[in-house]
Amino acid sequence: MFNDTITLPKPFNVADVRGDFPVLQTYVNGAPLVYFDNGATTQKPWAVLRAMEDYYTGYNSNVHRGVHTLSQQATAAYEAARETIAKYINAASVHEVVYTKGTTDSVNLVASTYGKKYVKEGDVVIISAMEHHSNIVPWQMLCEDKGATLKVIPFDENGELRMDAFKEMLDERVKLVSLTHVSNTMGTINPVKEIIALAHALNIPVMLDGAQAIAHLAVDVQDLDVDFYAFSSHKIYGPTGIGVLYGKEKWLNDIPPYQGGGDMIKTVTFAKTIYNDPPLKFEAGTPAIAESVGLGAALQYLMELDLAGMRAYEHHLNQVALEKLRTIDELRFIGNAKERNGAISFMIGNHHPTDVGELLDQQGIAVRTGHHCTQPLMDIFCIPGTVRASLTFYNTEEEVDKLVAGIKKAVIMLNK
Amino acid sequence: MTINEQQDAIISDFEMFTDWMDKYEYIIQLGKDLPALDEQYKVDDNLIRGCQSKVWLHADYKDGKLFFSADSDALITKGLVSLVIQALDGQPAKDIATAELYFVEKIGLKSHLSPTRSNGLLAMIKQIKMYAVAYQLKSSQN
Ligand SMILES: Cc1ncc(COP(=O)(O)O)c(C=O)c1O
Repeated sequence: MFNDTITLPKPFNVADVRGDFPVLQTYVNGAPLVYFDNGATTQKPWAVLRAMEDYYTGYNSNVHRGVHTLSQQATAAYEAARETIAKYINAASVHEVVYTKGTTDSVNLVASTYGKKYVKEGDVVIISAMEHHSNIVPWQMLCEDKGATLKVIPFDENGELRMDAFKEMLDERVKLVSLTHVSNTMGTINPVKEIIALAHALNIPVMLDGAQAIAHLAVDVQDLDVDFYAFSSHKIYGPTGIGVLYGKEKWLNDIPPYQGGGDMIKTVTFAKTIYNDPPLKFEAGTPAIAESVGLGAALQYLMELDLAGMRAYEHHLNQVALEKLRTIDELRFIGNAKERNGAISFMIGNHHPTDVGELLDQQGIAVRTGHHCTQPLMDIFCIPGTVRASLTFYNTEEEVDKLVAGIKKAVIMLNK
Repeated sequence: MTINEQQDAIISDFEMFTDWMDKYEYIIQLGKDLPALDEQYKVDDNLIRGCQSKVWLHADYKDGKLFFSADSDALITKGLVSLVIQALDGQPAKDIATAELYFVEKIGLKSHLSPTRSNGLLAMIKQIKMYAVAYQLKSSQN
């Protein structure tokens, strides 16, 4: 017998993966939970929970500090998770993966370090009108501080970026473009490759907020040629409290450190401190060790699935959801981009989103209502908020049917 | 009727409902039946901002008693606002200032009073109490 076979993953099957997520077996208000709030946070598979338990029960210890065995095991696990992350996003080097607290922290890191060094009075930072507050406020703070200008790329009625407006904004005063990869409210997938190429033509670096993209798209930072890429572990089936900033090595070497403290230094005297090399230069203090192990386990779990099959299933499920929701009287989508993923936002007649959301909750269906931390976007549409269903690979068509029936029931109650 | 008697009346109304749909349909109906707030009072000064839904509240003071009118952009919140008014309307300011609104929990809508829900109801109750305290102070000065 030849021993040269590689084990291919089993073809993707939603029934198999549902069993991996304990929360999906729970009941809410007497009905089996239908969890359609994956854009806010995703559920965690056993693989993640067990990896974190193993860490705490088997080798809990501080990293990069001890000669003793447990500390070395903990350090090895922390660094192994970094390698898994590098592999998942195809970073050129593991040194390009910085652990942060999450997307918000990653954006603030770049605003504080790159911004401190490169953004000056009269300069421009570009974002878009569909950003999450965490990719607006850090730039506003920076621009206010430096006397720089924040420019905002508008979007059209379908929720697609106005590329003509973007092109017009590009000139030598622009020091950074920071943009969401996928809109958390409308699900729009932005043409980031084109945007990066256009910005690079003028030597302008680009940061992407990958919070909503990371779980659903194959993110290849080298192929994108992106300068900084931020995401949160908790939106890709990992634990809360940890996230990632990918940065091209040349940038991470070039920009100043973020916070001062332990781990980020090589030598300290009262006269001068020599900083550590990236990524540790940006990781001051004891990091989220168990969480890093959990995030590594989450990505490992995904890589052991039939990823292509999984993505095809997600795409199909989204199409089915859009088609079925469209049959509801008075439903109008907020965002109709051709390229879309994840979030499906809608209004039903003039009903307030919270009314619809609460009546769905009574039926065990979890959706998000409100402005989704994108208040400027709501102002553009002149609405108080939306109902948002965000689906992922462990959701089913049967659950979509429950959502549609649940909305119809809610509308009957509200219209009575 | 005292505030607590009014609350107890609300609780016994809700005891009739056997499932969530009846209960919510009733609340929605209360929301629809709440007399419209005079447009002159639907101004930012009277606006209580929850994170998600808005509540407008206006108070009148007569013979030591407070009378409320209100509105909300969300129907379920408006129904709950109507219940709060049922419990407190026409009561002496001093009783309102110290009232404990236990009926919300008893009718199974406690989550609406959670600060995480931020639908304006909690903020509305706080505002009502502030009015009551303010009127009390004013009348004790006169
Ligand atoms: C597009 C986008 N950016 C940023 C964030 C912020 O992520 P976190 O709260 O994990 O830092 C979110 C999450 O809600 C998001 O959807």
